[in-house]
Amino acid sequence: MSTLFLAHPEPDGTLAKSALEALSATIQLAASLETPFCVGLVGENPGPAANSIAGCGAARILTVSGAQFSQARYATDAAAAEALCRATAATLVTTPATSRWNRVLPGVAHRLGGHADSHVTGLTVAAGQPSISRWFYRQRMEAVFTRSTRPWLLALEGGIAPVAAVSNRQAQVTAPIENITLTLPATRTQVTGFEAPASDQQTIRPDADLLFVTGAGWTKKQADGKVKAAEAGALILDFLRLSRSSLGSTKSLVDLGGEGQSVLPFLSHLNQIGQTGSTPRHAKGLATCCHGEEPHTVGWRFIGERRAISMDANCGWARGKADILYVADAFAVMAEVNALLAT
Amino acid sequence: MYQIIVCGSLVPDPLQTLEPITGPAGPALRNEMMLPASLDPWARHALYEAANLATIHPGSKVWLVSLGPKAKLQQVMMTIAQKVPFELIALDGPTGGFTDAAETAAALADAISAIPGLDLSKVLLFGGWESASRGAGATMQIVGERLSITEQFQGVDSLTIGDDGSLRIMERVEGGQHQVSVCNAPPAVIGWATGNLPEPSNNPRVGMSNMRGIMAALQTIKPAPVGTGDITFTSVALPTQTRTTRIIKDIPPAQIAADIVAWIKGG
Repeated sequence: MSTLFLAHPEPDGTLAKSALEALSATIQLAASLETPFCVGLVGENPGPAANSIAGCGAARILTVSGAQFSQARYATDAAAAEALCRATAATLVTTPATSRWNRVLPGVAHRLGGHADSHVTGLTVAAGQPSISRWFYRQRMEAVFTRSTRPWLLALEGGIAPVAAVSNRQAQVTAPIENITLTLPATRTQVTGFEAPASDQQTIRPDADLLFVTGAGWTKKQADGKVKAAEAGALILDFLRLSRSSLGSTKSLVDLGGEGQSVLPFLSHLNQIGQTGSTPRHAKGLATCCHGEEPHTVGWRFIGERRAISMDANCGWARGKADILYVADAFAVMAEVNALLAT
Repeated sequence: MYQIIVCGSLVPDPLQTLEPITGPAGPALRNEMMLPASLDPWARHALYEAANLATIHPGSKVWLVSLGPKAKLQQVMMTIAQKVPFELIALDGPTGGFTDAAETAAALADAISAIPGLDLSKVLLFGGWESASRGAGATMQIVGERLSITEQFQGVDSLTIGDDGSLRIMERVEGGQHQVSVCNAPPAVIGWATGNLPEPSNNPRVGMSNMRGIMAALQTIKPAPVGTGDITFTSVALPTQTRTTRIIKDIPPAQIAADIVAWIKGG
């Protein structure tokens, strides 16, 4: 049994934190299985990234390089991953669960006659056999399982292991870097660029310590009987700017925007957390004006410390899910919070 | 014109309480057959986008390929049929989240391959980028591979077709961004995220038209006995962790704000 860790460098040539965490988990997995592991990197120029982890303990480091692999594109990425898997005859393949790897991993597994599993949140070894943990029904229940078919390809979620395990191994003997040449598949796709909100309007920050969750309560009539959507928007944006937190939203609030009501125009479905949204990973979470299972259970599944502001002291969803529930007017509290953060 | 094939699974109504049990074929949900079902949310978006595309490009046709217990399919189609025109290709099999994506994909690919008059050069293969049950994000890629379609896109929020027939696709990537790609022509696999379209209102005329084909499809439904494949489950459990929530009330907003700011800055 051998393990292959696949990654791709970021545009600046480095490996992202999620990749280093997945590498760290791979190192632990290989150690538990008492088998060697290899590293495979795909990108335009993966050399610097390969050098940065050359001391990670890998038996081999292989790269697939060239301008064609600068683009995150199914045809070329799948071909590269397939070539690396075949070159190493790996029976276990791990990758960080980036959009790039999530796009191709199942297809690569099919080509190799194996299976792929995504959103892996835990790796364990018992009696020489690896098992994984992942969530089903949108993070509502967790399963632990193993597969008998090899190769088994696994996309590892962020936070699965600390990065430190990689950097601590820098002193080890470095592995040689081998470049794999492959015949490029025909592709009819060109990546032409990226679209993102202007930097001052970017509200999704995966690396932020805090997830700030807004609920539909922000757009309801307040104590004086008036809707204060514009004031709510200003408070929320000010808080995001001052705290550098990431913005999540309940489905109901996002849907209001989609239905043509310009309540909080900076919200989109990309902000949505929960059943049909994302389950982001942040150290802390602050929910405001939310009520319901989605923000407090599914959307908060991977949030460490959790606090909520709500007018309802008996909110059955916040109780038991949040560490602290502030029973207060979020408008008043967040205005004070912003004032303190601004000083 | 396009042949737009939408793959969509059935999932329990999101508002239902779900509890795992161990059944004869592996993990399952308690009272699974009693739970109200709906078409998977992201597959639903894919269907609406498909119908919209077919409207813009006259001569296009939409198929919905769905695998699930016959009775459930019948129940869900009563609702979905009211929304947009499509032809149903039904497969009778388990729809739970613990079935294997590869087995499901094989059944779907076989059903798609058997569509009379299928012309791959016109095919846009739609589906949700993940299901709300298994959430693997794997089925569409494997169906694509089985049909030899290697132009694949996942987490798609927008597809526009240019005057030259090229497909401009926006996929969700990290950091709240969209990656923009141009694919020169079909076939392509499009795993939809939310898209941009609202849910269509019910149209009884569309419903009547759809139901004739749906009833025929359900009467000739083929079995698709997908299972858990090579998976051995060790455990399936609900998270039991509940937190001791401290309720803080009747204190001034300024004091709460100070507490929150200290917490945020606490590292």
